[in-house]
Amino acid sequence: MTINEKQDEIISEFEFLDDWLDKYQQIIDKGMASKGVEPKDKVPENLIEGCQSKVWVVAELIDGKVNYRAESNTDIAGGIAAMLVDVLSGHTPQEILDAELYFVERIGLKEHLSPTRANGMLAMMKQIKLFALAFSSKA
Amino acid sequence: MLDLNQIRADFPILSETVYGKPLVYFDNAATTQKPRCVVQKIEEGYYKRNANIHRGVHFLSQEATEAHEASREEVRAFINAKCANEIVFTRGTTEAINLVASSFGELLQAGDEIILTQMEHHSNIVPWQLLRARRGVVLKVIPFNKKGELKLDELENLISSKTKLIACTHVANSLGTINPIKEIIRQAHAHSIPVLVDGAQSVPHIKVDVLDLDADFFVFSGHKIYAPTGIGVLYGKEEWLEKIPPYQGGGEMIDKVTFDQTTFAALPFKFEAGTPDFIGSTALAEALRYVNAIGIETIAAYEHDLLVYATEQLSRFDNIRFIGEANHKSGLISFLIGTIHPYDLGTVLDKLGIAVRTGHHCAQPVMQAFGVEGTVRASFAFYNTKEEIDIFIAAVERAKKMFKQ
Ligand SMILES: Cc1ncc(COP(=O)(O)O)c(C=O)c1O
Repeated sequence: MTINEKQDEIISEFEFLDDWLDKYQQIIDKGMASKGVEPKDKVPENLIEGCQSKVWVVAELIDGKVNYRAESNTDIAGGIAAMLVDVLSGHTPQEILDAELYFVERIGLKEHLSPTRANGMLAMMKQIKLFALAFSSKA
Repeated sequence: MLDLNQIRADFPILSETVYGKPLVYFDNAATTQKPRCVVQKIEEGYYKRNANIHRGVHFLSQEATEAHEASREEVRAFINAKCANEIVFTRGTTEAINLVASSFGELLQAGDEIILTQMEHHSNIVPWQLLRARRGVVLKVIPFNKKGELKLDELENLISSKTKLIACTHVANSLGTINPIKEIIRQAHAHSIPVLVDGAQSVPHIKVDVLDLDADFFVFSGHKIYAPTGIGVLYGKEEWLEKIPPYQGGGEMIDKVTFDQTTFAALPFKFEAGTPDFIGSTALAEALRYVNAIGIETIAAYEHDLLVYATEQLSRFDNIRFIGEANHKSGLISFLIGTIHPYDLGTVLDKLGIAVRTGHHCAQPVMQAFGVEGTVRASFAFYNTKEEIDIFIAAVERAKKMFKQ
């Protein structure tokens, strides 16, 4: 699947949930399921700190494709991170750098994109792209 | 008894909805909502009395000056200070503490000691650390026990011949603990040590009488007592305010200025450099009149009922952890449910229309003492109701299920 196909899939998954709490339940479940960062990788370089939540993201390049893993100390920030990571993993650095991430806004989480929001979602997106940039300059 | 329908009608924001749900505002320790009369006072100030104070011969300037000074008298009466020149208007608690740290700090030398407590808000820690960096003073800390009560038996050991000040909160914003401040002051005075009381969380909720407490400095913020942001109060005993040097220099605070020498204005103007918030001061006075009309004792009793009711209801959750279980508590509850991160719980409560605060509440040493990153804090005001607590409890129940706890 392309990055956009994956985004569209998430959007349709959320479309059926008209209640806010159902949407959050979905995010929370994804957050609970995503515990993919090993303790040894929980170092400051991999940490994206919102004012109240911590998200660790690690990335590796396998056969020219980036594989991300994310984990958070909170389920909501963790769920959002898990979605970002799922959407972008398995693609080339260039595809990731070119990607326009529209799903967050479309599933109604726009408020989380505000720079003052406590979970540091914008920082998370920036960090994820920075990994791709580092890989692309190596390639 | 409180007429809650009338009271709630006085606070238009309480009928707002968020995400289509009625707002339940339980973040009163951070800031309180404003009654209509306070906002009207601001409007009236700008529309009818707006002129710079203290310097004008013209009608409006005199009106504005009188209103500002009458507000000072209102504040004096509210906390029962001896005279109005002991009331200095500041931007808030934080500025008032910084003023004392700076000006009182001028009297100190390297090695002098200041005693704080482990439950201070950052604004009663950091100004003293800045002073430590400038002057080399030593900071000592009164610890608290598991319930979040100060271990006052340690105070006597912490006091030495070098102790110059004790700076202590009246009510802890992260725990709700009401400290036995009168007893602390009595003990300090037995050693001739002055005491600064951070009253940010006490003045809005319990009766404060600075004369009875015998406080040397007492500070609070207007916005936590139904007044606007940007106005606050430093009360200082006249002898102390005379003794310590000015904080900031500028207009209003001078007597005579030449390039060789400047003499300073009398109290309280010596500490009010620049144009003060003369609209904010009148709005603060209006808020105090509003509180007086209901009666601070009535408010305290009602908020205590809310505290007891909410604590009882929350206690039904098997995996609740209260942070702060002092015998004497003001109307706020810091808690955690199971392993749910406070940010997660706060986010779900928000979606249900409930405003609580999550995080460290500007009291990181308290969080460190309890070994937590943060808490969820529900804090009440007299316009809150038991029905709102029921909505809150149902929301916590719902969140608990969502996080499978
Ligand atoms: C105990 C205490 N001290 C000081 C402050 C700081 O007040 P302000 O930000 O109004 O200066 C607060 C407010 O959060 C507080 O609760």
